[in-house]
Amino acid sequence: MMAKMVDFGGWDMPLHYGSQLDEHHKVRSDAGMFDVSHMLAVDIEGQDARAFLRRLVANNVDKLTQPGKALYSCMLNPQGGVIDDLIIYFLTESHFRMVVNAGTADKDMAWMQAQRDELAPGLSITPRRDLAMIAVQGPNARAKVWQVVPGAQAETEQLKLFQAKLVDKYFIARTGYTGEDGFEIMLPSTDAVAFWNALFAAGVAPAGLGARDTLRLEAGMNLYGQDMDETTNPLESGLGWTVDLKSDRDFIGKNTLLESPVKKQLIGLVLIDRGVLRSHQKISTEQTRNEDEGEITSGGFSPTLNKSIALARVPLNVSPGDEVHVAVRDKALRATVVKYPFVRNGKVLVDLPS
Amino acid sequence: MSIPNNLRYTKSHEWVRLEGDGTATVGITQHAQELLGDMVFVETPAVGRKLKQSEECAVVESVKAAADVYAPIAGEVTAVNPELESAPEKINQDAYEAWLFKLKPDNASDLDKLLDATAYQNIIESEDH
Repeated sequence: MMAKMVDFGGWDMPLHYGSQLDEHHKVRSDAGMFDVSHMLAVDIEGQDARAFLRRLVANNVDKLTQPGKALYSCMLNPQGGVIDDLIIYFLTESHFRMVVNAGTADKDMAWMQAQRDELAPGLSITPRRDLAMIAVQGPNARAKVWQVVPGAQAETEQLKLFQAKLVDKYFIARTGYTGEDGFEIMLPSTDAVAFWNALFAAGVAPAGLGARDTLRLEAGMNLYGQDMDETTNPLESGLGWTVDLKSDRDFIGKNTLLESPVKKQLIGLVLIDRGVLRSHQKISTEQTRNEDEGEITSGGFSPTLNKSIALARVPLNVSPGDEVHVAVRDKALRATVVKYPFVRNGKVLVDLPS
Repeated sequence: MSIPNNLRYTKSHEWVRLEGDGTATVGITQHAQELLGDMVFVETPAVGRKLKQSEECAVVESVKAAADVYAPIAGEVTAVNPELESAPEKINQDAYEAWLFKLKPDNASDLDKLLDATAYQNIIESEDH
Protein backbone atom coordinates (compact mmCIF):
# COMPACT_ATOMS: atom_id res chain seq x y z
CA MET A 1 0.00 0.00 0.00
CA MET A 2 1.35 3.39 -0.96
CA ALA A 3 1.17 5.58 2.07
CA LYS A 4 2.55 9.00 2.89
CA MET A 5 4.62 8.21 5.97
CA VAL A 6 5.51 10.51 8.86
CA ASP A 7 7.58 10.20 11.98
CA PHE A 8 5.19 10.10 14.95
CA GLY A 9 6.98 9.94 18.29
CA GLY A 10 9.66 7.71 16.80
CA TRP A 11 7.15 5.50 14.95
CA ASP A 12 7.05 5.48 11.19
CA MET A 13 3.31 6.00 10.66
CA PRO A 14 1.01 6.40 7.67
CA LEU A 15 -0.41 9.96 7.52
CA HIS A 16 -2.65 9.04 4.62
CA TYR A 17 -2.81 6.36 1.95
CA GLY A 18 -4.47 8.50 -0.72
CA SER A 19 -6.87 11.33 0.01
CA GLN A 20 -7.23 12.01 3.72
CA LEU A 21 -10.73 13.38 3.08
CA ASP A 22 -11.82 10.19 1.29
CA GLU A 23 -10.52 8.13 4.20
CA HIS A 24 -12.49 10.28 6.62
CA HIS A 25 -15.75 9.95 4.67
CA LYS A 26 -15.26 6.21 4.26
CA VAL A 27 -15.17 5.79 8.05
CA ARG A 28 -18.29 7.96 8.53
CA SER A 29 -20.26 6.15 5.81
CA ASP A 30 -18.86 2.59 5.59
CA ALA A 31 -15.72 1.17 7.22
CA GLY A 32 -12.09 2.16 7.57
CA MET A 33 -9.14 0.73 9.47
CA PHE A 34 -6.20 2.20 11.33
CA ASP A 35 -3.01 0.48 12.34
CA VAL A 36 -2.63 1.74 15.91
CA SER A 37 0.00 -0.79 16.97
CA HIS A 38 2.15 2.08 18.21
CA MET A 39 -0.19 2.27 21.21
CA LEU A 40 0.95 0.08 24.07
CA ALA A 41 -1.04 -2.62 25.84
CA VAL A 42 0.12 -3.16 29.42
CA ASP A 43 -0.97 -6.14 31.49
CA ILE A 44 -1.35 -5.60 35.23
CA GLU A 45 -1.44 -8.92 37.02
CA GLY A 46 -1.60 -9.93 40.66
CA GLN A 47 -4.04 -10.04 43.51
CA ASP A 48 -3.55 -6.34 44.31
CA ALA A 49 -4.40 -5.22 40.76
CA ARG A 50 -7.71 -3.53 41.53
CA ALA A 51 -6.48 -1.85 44.71
CA PHE A 52 -3.44 -0.54 42.80
CA LEU A 53 -5.61 0.91 40.02
CA ARG A 54 -7.94 2.54 42.56
CA ARG A 55 -5.00 4.62 43.66
CA LEU A 56 -3.30 5.02 40.24
CA VAL A 57 -6.05 6.50 38.04
CA ALA A 58 -8.65 9.26 38.38
CA ASN A 59 -11.68 7.31 37.24
CA ASN A 60 -13.00 4.61 39.54
CA VAL A 61 -12.13 1.05 38.52
CA ASP A 62 -14.86 -0.16 40.87
CA LYS A 63 -17.19 0.66 37.98
CA LEU A 64 -15.65 -2.41 36.32
CA THR A 65 -17.69 -5.35 37.54
CA GLN A 66 -18.21 -7.47 34.42
CA PRO A 67 -15.22 -9.21 32.80
CA GLY A 68 -14.43 -7.51 29.47
CA LYS A 69 -15.73 -4.13 30.61
CA ALA A 70 -13.59 -1.10 29.73
CA LEU A 71 -13.09 2.25 31.46
CA TYR A 72 -11.59 5.46 30.08
CA SER A 73 -9.47 7.37 32.59
CA CYS A 74 -6.71 9.85 33.15
CA MET A 75 -3.60 8.96 35.12
CA LEU A 76 -2.62 12.06 37.09
CA ASN A 77 0.54 13.26 38.74
CA PRO A 78 0.39 14.57 42.34
CA GLN A 79 -0.07 18.10 40.97
CA GLY A 80 -3.27 17.00 39.23
CA GLY A 81 -1.73 17.20 35.74
CA VAL A 82 -2.47 14.49 33.19
CA ILE A 83 0.38 11.99 32.72
CA ASP A 84 -1.70 10.14 30.12
CA ASP A 85 -5.23 9.18 29.18
CA LEU A 86 -5.86 5.47 28.79
CA ILE A 87 -8.35 2.63 28.68
CA ILE A 88 -8.45 -0.10 31.31
CA TYR A 89 -10.02 -3.48 30.58
CA PHE A 90 -11.15 -5.71 33.43
CA LEU A 91 -10.34 -9.30 32.49
CA THR A 92 -10.23 -11.07 35.86
CA GLU A 93 -9.78 -9.89 39.43
CA SER A 94 -6.06 -10.55 39.09
CA HIS A 95 -5.65 -9.36 35.49
CA PHE A 96 -6.40 -5.91 34.11
CA ARG A 97 -5.17 -4.63 30.74
CA MET A 98 -4.40 -1.00 30.02
CA VAL A 99 -3.88 0.67 26.66
CA VAL A 100 -1.73 3.80 26.75
CA ASN A 101 -0.57 6.34 24.18
CA ALA A 102 2.57 5.73 22.15
CA GLY A 103 4.39 8.99 22.87
CA THR A 104 3.88 8.59 26.60
CA ALA A 105 4.44 4.82 26.87
CA ASP A 106 7.96 5.00 28.32
CA LYS A 107 7.15 7.57 30.99
CA ASP A 108 3.89 5.74 31.77
CA MET A 109 5.78 2.50 32.36
CA ALA A 110 8.35 4.24 34.56
CA TRP A 111 5.62 6.00 36.57
CA MET A 112 3.55 2.85 37.02
CA GLN A 113 6.55 0.78 38.04
CA ALA A 114 7.57 3.38 40.62
CA GLN A 115 4.04 3.42 42.07
CA ARG A 116 3.95 -0.37 42.02
CA ASP A 117 7.22 -0.61 43.96
CA GLU A 118 5.70 1.60 46.63
CA LEU A 119 2.10 0.35 46.75
CA ALA A 120 2.03 -3.23 45.51
CA PRO A 121 5.47 -4.77 45.09
CA GLY A 122 3.99 -8.17 44.22
CA LEU A 123 2.20 -6.86 41.15
CA SER A 124 3.56 -7.53 37.67
CA ILE A 125 3.31 -4.82 35.03
CA THR A 126 4.08 -6.16 31.58
CA PRO A 127 4.30 -4.15 28.34
CA ARG A 128 2.82 -6.23 25.51
CA ARG A 129 4.88 -5.17 22.51
CA ASP A 130 4.03 -8.60 21.07
CA LEU A 131 0.49 -7.36 20.41
CA ALA A 132 -0.60 -5.36 17.39
CA MET A 133 -3.73 -3.19 17.42
CA ILE A 134 -6.04 -2.49 14.50
CA ALA A 135 -9.06 -0.20 14.83
CA VAL A 136 -11.89 -0.98 12.41
CA GLN A 137 -14.40 1.86 12.50
CA GLY A 138 -17.58 2.88 10.72
CA PRO A 139 -21.23 1.84 10.46
CA ASN A 140 -20.25 -1.35 8.62
CA ALA A 141 -17.08 -2.04 10.61
CA ARG A 142 -18.43 -4.77 12.86
CA ALA A 143 -19.98 -6.69 9.96
CA LYS A 144 -16.68 -6.57 8.08
CA VAL A 145 -14.79 -7.95 11.07
CA TRP A 146 -17.35 -10.72 11.39
CA GLN A 147 -16.75 -11.62 7.74
CA VAL A 148 -13.06 -11.99 8.44
CA VAL A 149 -12.91 -13.65 11.87
CA PRO A 150 -14.73 -17.00 11.96
CA GLY A 151 -17.05 -17.27 14.93
CA ALA A 152 -16.62 -13.64 15.96
CA GLN A 153 -20.19 -12.60 15.23
CA ALA A 154 -21.75 -14.99 17.74
CA GLU A 155 -19.19 -13.97 20.36
CA THR A 156 -19.24 -10.18 19.91
CA GLU A 157 -22.66 -9.23 18.51
CA GLN A 158 -24.02 -8.68 22.01
CA LEU A 159 -21.09 -6.55 23.18
CA LYS A 160 -22.19 -3.11 24.32
CA LEU A 161 -20.05 -0.01 23.95
CA PHE A 162 -16.89 -0.28 26.04
CA GLN A 163 -17.06 -4.06 26.33
CA ALA A 164 -14.51 -6.53 25.00
CA LYS A 165 -14.15 -10.23 24.48
CA LEU A 166 -11.33 -12.58 23.62
CA VAL A 167 -12.22 -14.61 20.52
CA ASP A 168 -9.51 -17.11 19.66
CA LYS A 169 -6.38 -14.95 19.39
CA TYR A 170 -8.33 -11.71 18.81
CA PHE A 171 -9.09 -9.39 21.73
CA ILE A 172 -12.11 -7.56 20.30
CA ALA A 173 -13.32 -4.37 22.00
CA ARG A 174 -16.28 -2.25 21.00
CA THR A 175 -14.35 0.98 21.41
CA GLY A 176 -12.90 3.59 19.12
CA TYR A 177 -11.63 7.08 18.51
CA THR A 178 -13.83 8.21 15.64
CA GLY A 179 -17.37 8.66 16.97
CA GLU A 180 -18.53 5.71 14.87
CA ASP A 181 -19.40 2.17 15.83
CA GLY A 182 -16.68 -0.42 15.41
CA PHE A 183 -14.02 -2.46 17.10
CA GLU A 184 -10.49 -2.02 18.31
CA ILE A 185 -8.76 -5.36 18.02
CA MET A 186 -5.57 -6.55 19.67
CA LEU A 187 -3.90 -9.59 18.20
CA PRO A 188 -0.45 -11.19 18.03
CA SER A 189 1.68 -8.93 15.83
CA THR A 190 2.73 -11.96 13.79
CA ASP A 191 -0.90 -12.26 12.61
CA ALA A 192 -1.45 -8.56 12.00
CA VAL A 193 -0.48 -8.33 8.33
CA ALA A 194 -2.71 -11.25 7.34
CA PHE A 195 -5.60 -9.77 9.33
CA TRP A 196 -5.09 -6.35 7.73
CA ASN A 197 -5.03 -7.87 4.25
CA ALA A 198 -8.18 -9.88 4.95
CA LEU A 199 -9.99 -6.73 6.10
CA PHE A 200 -8.77 -4.92 2.99
CA ALA A 201 -10.11 -7.75 0.81
CA ALA A 202 -13.45 -7.40 2.64
CA GLY A 203 -13.61 -3.75 1.55
CA VAL A 204 -12.31 -1.95 4.64
CA ALA A 205 -10.44 1.20 3.59
CA PRO A 206 -6.98 1.80 5.09
CA ALA A 207 -6.96 5.17 6.84
CA GLY A 208 -4.04 7.14 8.24
CA LEU A 209 -3.24 9.39 11.16
CA GLY A 210 -4.61 12.40 9.29
CA ALA A 211 -8.14 11.01 9.05
CA ARG A 212 -7.85 9.66 12.59
CA ASP A 213 -7.28 13.21 13.80
CA THR A 214 -10.17 14.84 11.87
CA LEU A 215 -12.52 12.03 12.95
CA ARG A 216 -11.65 12.27 16.64
CA LEU A 217 -11.87 16.08 16.53
CA GLU A 218 -15.39 15.91 15.04
CA ALA A 219 -16.25 13.33 17.71
CA GLY A 220 -15.00 15.75 20.38
CA MET A 221 -12.44 13.33 21.77
CA ASN A 222 -9.36 14.68 23.49
CA LEU A 223 -5.89 14.15 22.07
CA TYR A 224 -3.12 13.80 24.64
CA GLY A 225 -0.40 16.44 24.22
CA GLN A 226 -2.81 18.89 22.57
CA ASP A 227 -6.01 19.11 24.60
CA MET A 228 -4.36 18.09 27.87
CA ASP A 229 -0.93 17.26 29.25
CA GLU A 230 1.01 17.22 32.51
CA THR A 231 0.49 20.96 33.01
CA THR A 232 -3.28 20.96 32.56
CA ASN A 233 -6.05 20.08 34.96
CA PRO A 234 -8.46 17.43 33.59
CA LEU A 235 -11.36 19.50 34.96
CA GLU A 236 -10.29 22.33 32.62
CA SER A 237 -9.85 19.90 29.71
CA GLY A 238 -13.37 18.58 29.25
CA LEU A 239 -12.52 15.45 31.22
CA GLY A 240 -14.46 16.09 34.42
CA TRP A 241 -16.78 13.21 33.55
CA THR A 242 -13.82 10.82 33.89
CA VAL A 243 -12.64 12.09 37.28
CA ASP A 244 -14.32 10.48 40.26
CA LEU A 245 -14.41 13.07 43.04
CA LYS A 246 -17.55 11.65 44.64
CA SER A 247 -16.34 8.46 46.28
CA ASP A 248 -14.01 8.71 49.27
CA ARG A 249 -11.38 6.75 47.32
CA ASP A 250 -8.02 8.55 47.37
CA PHE A 251 -6.23 8.65 44.03
CA ILE A 252 -3.02 10.34 42.98
CA GLY A 253 -3.71 14.00 42.20
CA LYS A 254 -7.08 14.10 43.96
CA ASN A 255 -6.10 16.48 46.75
CA THR A 256 -4.67 19.03 44.35
CA LEU A 257 -7.79 18.87 42.17
CA LEU A 258 -10.00 19.48 45.21
CA GLU A 259 -7.90 22.49 46.22
CA SER A 260 -7.52 24.06 42.75
CA PRO A 261 -10.25 26.40 41.54
CA VAL A 262 -11.50 25.56 38.06
CA LYS A 263 -11.17 28.69 35.90
CA LYS A 264 -11.35 27.38 32.36
CA GLN A 265 -13.38 24.94 30.31
CA LEU A 266 -13.05 23.14 27.02
CA ILE A 267 -15.64 24.21 24.44
CA GLY A 268 -16.26 23.63 20.74
CA LEU A 269 -15.90 26.28 18.03
CA VAL A 270 -17.32 26.42 14.52
CA LEU A 271 -15.67 29.01 12.29
CA ILE A 272 -18.07 31.51 10.70
CA ASP A 273 -15.55 33.26 8.42
CA ARG A 274 -13.49 31.50 5.79
CA GLY A 275 -10.24 29.90 6.95
CA VAL A 276 -8.94 27.06 9.05
CA LEU A 277 -8.61 27.00 12.84
CA ARG A 278 -5.36 25.47 14.13
CA SER A 279 -4.07 24.61 17.57
CA HIS A 280 -2.49 27.42 19.63
CA GLN A 281 -4.43 30.21 17.95
CA LYS A 282 -5.58 32.78 20.54
CA ILE A 283 -9.21 33.54 21.29
CA SER A 284 -10.81 36.78 22.44
CA THR A 285 -14.43 37.43 23.26
CA GLU A 286 -16.57 40.08 21.63
CA GLN A 287 -16.57 42.33 24.69
CA THR A 288 -12.91 42.68 25.47
CA ARG A 289 -10.79 41.58 22.51
CA ASN A 290 -8.28 40.43 25.08
CA GLU A 291 -6.06 37.85 23.48
CA ASP A 292 -5.07 36.14 26.71
CA GLU A 293 -8.52 34.78 27.29
CA GLY A 294 -8.42 31.50 25.48
CA GLU A 295 -6.58 29.24 23.12
CA ILE A 296 -7.44 26.58 20.60
CA THR A 297 -6.14 23.21 21.74
CA SER A 298 -7.10 21.26 18.60
CA GLY A 299 -8.28 22.85 15.39
CA GLY A 300 -8.74 21.80 11.83
CA PHE A 301 -11.05 21.26 8.94
CA SER A 302 -14.14 19.15 9.50
CA PRO A 303 -14.84 17.12 6.37
CA THR A 304 -18.35 16.25 7.59
CA LEU A 305 -19.37 19.85 8.32
CA ASN A 306 -17.29 21.23 5.45
CA LYS A 307 -16.23 23.98 7.87
CA SER A 308 -13.37 24.52 10.24
CA ILE A 309 -13.92 23.45 13.86
CA ALA A 310 -11.88 23.43 17.03
CA LEU A 311 -11.68 22.52 20.68
CA ALA A 312 -10.60 25.48 22.79
CA ARG A 313 -9.81 26.23 26.41
CA VAL A 314 -11.65 29.41 27.45
CA PRO A 315 -12.90 31.13 30.63
CA LEU A 316 -16.01 29.75 32.33
CA ASN A 317 -18.19 32.74 31.37
CA VAL A 318 -18.11 31.75 27.68
CA SER A 319 -21.29 29.87 26.70
CA PRO A 320 -22.68 28.02 23.69
CA GLY A 321 -24.08 30.50 21.18
CA ASP A 322 -21.47 33.18 21.99
CA GLU A 323 -19.42 34.61 19.18
CA VAL A 324 -15.66 34.84 19.75
CA HIS A 325 -12.73 36.03 17.69
CA VAL A 326 -9.78 33.84 16.79
CA ALA A 327 -6.45 35.37 15.81
CA VAL A 328 -5.48 33.75 12.52
CA ARG A 329 -2.36 35.33 11.06
CA ASP A 330 -3.17 39.07 10.78
CA LYS A 331 -6.94 38.66 11.06
CA ALA A 332 -9.57 38.17 13.77
CA LEU A 333 -11.95 35.52 12.44
CA ARG A 334 -15.41 35.01 13.92
CA ALA A 335 -16.38 31.66 15.44
CA THR A 336 -19.47 30.39 17.25
CA VAL A 337 -19.16 28.57 20.55
CA VAL A 338 -20.92 25.17 20.51
CA LYS A 339 -21.33 22.23 22.79
CA TYR A 340 -19.35 19.31 21.32
CA PRO A 341 -19.25 16.58 20.00
CA PHE A 342 -19.70 17.96 16.52
CA VAL A 343 -20.48 14.61 14.87
CA ARG A 344 -21.51 11.19 16.17
CA ASN A 345 -22.56 8.12 14.22
CA GLY A 346 -22.50 9.98 10.93
CA LYS A 347 -24.80 12.77 12.16
CA VAL A 348 -24.01 16.44 12.68
CA LEU A 349 -24.94 17.40 16.25
CA VAL A 350 -24.20 21.13 16.28
CA ASP A 351 -26.16 24.05 14.84
CA LEU A 352 -24.09 25.50 12.05
CA PRO A 353 -23.62 29.22 11.64
CA SER A 354 -25.08 30.19 8.26
CA MET B 1 5.67 13.44 -12.36
CA SER B 2 6.09 15.81 -15.29
CA ILE B 3 7.12 19.40 -14.77
CA PRO B 4 5.90 21.62 -17.61
CA ASN B 5 8.75 23.07 -19.67
CA ASN B 6 6.92 26.27 -20.50
CA LEU B 7 6.78 27.51 -16.90
CA ARG B 8 9.25 29.08 -14.49
CA TYR B 9 9.61 27.99 -10.87
CA THR B 10 10.81 29.09 -7.43
CA LYS B 11 12.54 27.17 -4.66
CA SER B 12 9.41 27.78 -2.58
CA HIS B 13 7.33 25.77 -5.08
CA GLU B 14 5.47 28.45 -7.00
CA TRP B 15 5.11 28.30 -10.76
CA VAL B 16 4.89 31.33 -13.09
CA ARG B 17 3.68 31.57 -16.67
CA LEU B 18 4.27 34.67 -18.81
CA GLU B 19 1.13 35.35 -20.83
CA GLY B 20 0.85 36.97 -24.26
CA ASP B 21 -0.50 40.20 -22.73
CA GLY B 22 2.58 40.62 -20.56
CA THR B 23 0.99 39.49 -17.29
CA ALA B 24 2.39 36.61 -15.25
CA THR B 25 0.13 33.87 -13.86
CA VAL B 26 1.14 32.29 -10.52
CA GLY B 27 0.24 28.99 -8.87
CA ILE B 28 1.75 26.29 -6.67
CA THR B 29 3.43 23.25 -8.15
CA GLN B 30 2.24 19.68 -8.33
CA HIS B 31 5.01 18.79 -5.88
CA ALA B 32 3.72 21.36 -3.34
CA GLN B 33 0.17 20.09 -3.80
CA GLU B 34 1.30 16.53 -3.15
CA LEU B 35 3.12 17.54 0.02
CA LEU B 36 0.13 19.43 1.39
CA GLY B 37 -2.61 16.98 0.45
CA ASP B 38 -6.33 17.75 0.34
CA MET B 39 -6.73 21.52 -0.07
CA VAL B 40 -9.53 23.17 1.92
CA PHE B 41 -8.88 26.92 1.91
CA VAL B 42 -7.13 29.47 -0.28
CA GLU B 43 -6.54 33.12 0.59
CA THR B 44 -5.50 35.25 -2.38
CA PRO B 45 -4.04 38.79 -2.40
CA ALA B 46 -6.22 41.83 -3.11
CA VAL B 47 -6.33 42.98 -6.72
CA GLY B 48 -4.21 46.11 -7.02
CA ARG B 49 -1.78 45.11 -4.28
CA LYS B 50 1.84 45.77 -5.16
CA LEU B 51 4.10 42.89 -4.27
CA LYS B 52 7.82 42.75 -3.73
CA GLN B 53 9.68 39.68 -4.82
CA SER B 54 9.45 36.89 -2.17
CA GLU B 55 6.76 38.75 -0.23
CA GLU B 56 4.14 36.57 1.47
CA CYS B 57 1.01 37.18 -0.53
CA ALA B 58 -1.30 34.16 -0.36
CA VAL B 59 -2.04 31.20 1.88
CA VAL B 60 -3.04 27.69 0.89
CA GLU B 61 -4.38 25.42 3.60
CA SER B 62 -4.85 21.70 3.34
CA VAL B 63 -6.51 19.47 5.90
CA LYS B 64 -3.14 18.98 7.54
CA ALA B 65 -1.25 22.25 7.19
CA ALA B 66 -1.16 25.90 6.18
CA ALA B 67 1.48 27.10 3.73
CA ASP B 68 2.47 30.62 2.69
CA VAL B 69 2.76 31.49 -0.97
CA TYR B 70 5.45 34.01 -1.95
CA ALA B 71 5.48 36.42 -4.87
CA PRO B 72 7.89 34.89 -7.39
CA ILE B 73 8.62 38.31 -8.90
CA ALA B 74 7.71 41.91 -8.07
CA GLY B 75 4.55 43.34 -9.58
CA GLU B 76 0.95 44.42 -9.14
CA VAL B 77 -1.87 41.91 -8.67
CA THR B 78 -4.30 42.19 -11.59
CA ALA B 79 -6.61 39.20 -10.98
CA VAL B 80 -7.26 36.32 -8.61
CA ASN B 81 -8.78 32.95 -9.47
CA PRO B 82 -12.44 33.19 -8.37
CA GLU B 83 -12.96 29.43 -8.53
CA LEU B 84 -10.67 28.61 -5.63
CA GLU B 85 -12.85 30.24 -2.96
CA SER B 86 -15.51 27.55 -3.33
CA ALA B 87 -13.38 24.81 -4.87
CA PRO B 88 -9.84 24.79 -3.43
CA GLU B 89 -9.60 21.09 -4.36
CA LYS B 90 -9.01 22.22 -7.96
CA ILE B 91 -5.37 22.66 -6.92
CA ASN B 92 -5.22 18.95 -6.09
CA GLN B 93 -6.87 18.04 -9.36
CA ASP B 94 -4.51 20.05 -11.58
CA ALA B 95 -1.97 22.29 -9.88
CA TYR B 96 -0.80 23.81 -13.18
CA GLU B 97 -4.35 24.70 -14.23
CA ALA B 98 -5.62 26.05 -10.88
CA TRP B 99 -3.76 29.37 -10.81
CA LEU B 100 -3.89 31.61 -7.72
CA PHE B 101 -3.35 35.12 -9.07
CA LYS B 102 -1.99 37.17 -11.96
CA LEU B 103 0.64 39.89 -11.74
CA LYS B 104 1.72 42.76 -13.94
CA PRO B 105 5.49 42.35 -13.51
CA ASP B 106 7.58 45.39 -12.63
CA ASN B 107 10.24 43.90 -14.92
CA ALA B 108 9.31 41.07 -17.26
CA SER B 109 12.98 40.14 -17.38
CA ASP B 110 12.76 39.08 -13.69
CA LEU B 111 11.16 35.87 -14.93
CA ASP B 112 14.37 34.85 -16.64
CA LYS B 113 16.08 34.70 -13.25
CA LEU B 114 13.66 32.06 -11.97
CA LEU B 115 14.26 28.32 -12.20
CA ASP B 116 13.49 26.42 -15.37
CA ALA B 117 11.87 22.98 -15.31
CA THR B 118 15.18 21.11 -15.11
CA ALA B 119 16.54 23.22 -12.28
CA TYR B 120 13.27 22.85 -10.37
CA GLN B 121 13.30 19.09 -10.90
CA ASN B 122 16.78 18.99 -9.37
CA ILE B 123 15.57 20.89 -6.31
CA ILE B 124 12.69 18.48 -5.71
CA GLU B 125 15.00 15.49 -6.09
CA SER B 126 17.49 16.91 -3.62
CA GLU B 127 14.63 17.48 -1.12
CA ASP B 128 13.51 13.89 -1.45
CA HIS B 129 16.88 12.46 -0.44
